[in-house]
Amino acid sequence: MSAETVPPGPRSGSPLSKAQLAARVAADIEPGSYVNLGIGLPTLVADHLPPGSGITLHTENGLLGMGPAPEQADVDPELINAGKVPVTELAGASYFHQADSFAMMRGGHIDVCVLGAFQVSTAGDLANWSTGRPGAVPAVGGAMDLAVGARRSVVMMTLLTKDGQPKLVQECTLPLTGVGCVSRIYSDVAVIDVGPALAADGGAGVVETYGVTHGELQELLGLRLG
Amino acid sequence: MTVQVASTAGEALGDVADGSTVMIGGFGPAGQPVELIEALLEQGAGDLVVVSNNAGNGEDALARLILERRVRKIVCSFPRQVDSWHFDAAYRAGEIELELVPQGNLAERIRAAGAGLGGFFTPTGFGTPLAEGKETRVVDGVPMVFESPLPADVALVKAFRADGVGNLVYRRTARNFGPVMATAARRTVAQVREVVPTGSIDPETVVTPGIYVDTVVAIDSVTVLAGTQPGTQASAQGPAS
Repeated sequence: MSAETVPPGPRSGSPLSKAQLAARVAADIEPGSYVNLGIGLPTLVADHLPPGSGITLHTENGLLGMGPAPEQADVDPELINAGKVPVTELAGASYFHQADSFAMMRGGHIDVCVLGAFQVSTAGDLANWSTGRPGAVPAVGGAMDLAVGARRSVVMMTLLTKDGQPKLVQECTLPLTGVGCVSRIYSDVAVIDVGPALAADGGAGVVETYGVTHGELQELLGLRLG
Repeated sequence: MTVQVASTAGEALGDVADGSTVMIGGFGPAGQPVELIEALLEQGAGDLVVVSNNAGNGEDALARLILERRVRKIVCSFPRQVDSWHFDAAYRAGEIELELVPQGNLAERIRAAGAGLGGFFTPTGFGTPLAEGKETRVVDGVPMVFESPLPADVALVKAFRADGVGNLVYRRTARNFGPVMATAARRTVAQVREVVPTGSIDPETVVTPGIYVDTVVAIDSVTVLAGTQPGTQASAQGPAS
């Protein structure tokens, strides 16, 4: 790394690839946890859960003990995940109906939910179901139930939109999915703790950065970070 | 009391009045009672309120019912899919009413109706546009939204196996909304892969007790609609689940 501009604070490494980010999220999941992985980027986390960790995956369309994608010959249209993608069942799997599946979620029995996001606020508000574009057909699925139901909801996302806008914001401008429900953001350039208490007490807390300094991160986001 | 064991989907469906509320099981293609929906197309009822997680795929079944403008209103959680063009067109033309309900609330509202409850308070949706205008209450420090029960006139579900008294078992993730919908309608019709002699389903494994089921019909096929092969819809979902 060139030293012509000295950044305010240490800069370590470089931004994480999607696979590295998924591995970083996976590293924080306690062995033995029940986990729901949202559609999109979060599904990659499944590839990085260590074998033998005893982590059980929940898919809200009604399966605990979800396994990886099947071989083409073993695809069963009646065995799919919440993204309607074919999956497999592992030894010890169980099936249940929709009311049970969401009772399991809201009742605090799922330890961790990893969600994608359009925006997250420093207070942990989540916007991930609607782009707010006029004329768009709205759809919510299980997003709102998942956001508030799990014991711990974390977000996995790129920190900026494709056109460079921060997704971690002071206040969400898109329609909310849940209020104060997110506790941590895992992104390509930083892991940041969020939530109502942190927001009230000096701002979201930076846990780690990848390829940016703390100061650069504040500048990038236009936020004061703890 | 024995249930009616019908020999065709049309006979099983029977009369559905115009203006009925019809629940249709399924999550995407899994558990969708395709032959019963096609019987409903044939039967001709209109001005329907449909309760279903999705709003139809491709050209057939629920999508066709919408295309023919037979659905006045749909209550669902995820109408937007890559192949839901008939719903999209009807919605954009203002020719179908949409009540968008978070998936867990949808299931629990159906369950509440079947269980004789007057509704429930849930944290899901609090502070979001989908809770606007609804009663709220703080319970043990957690803000909650009141959700009302959601009953129906007819439920169309797909199970794996039935016996002569209407006990049902399901298969894998095709179970989804079937068990709750079966409880919440005045009349429940189940299409199954096979109807077996009463006594041959282990009572310990019954998922839907026959008390909830009025009619069963064996449809010996695994219908997956064209354009709804599993895996084709994920891209439409964005980051939301």
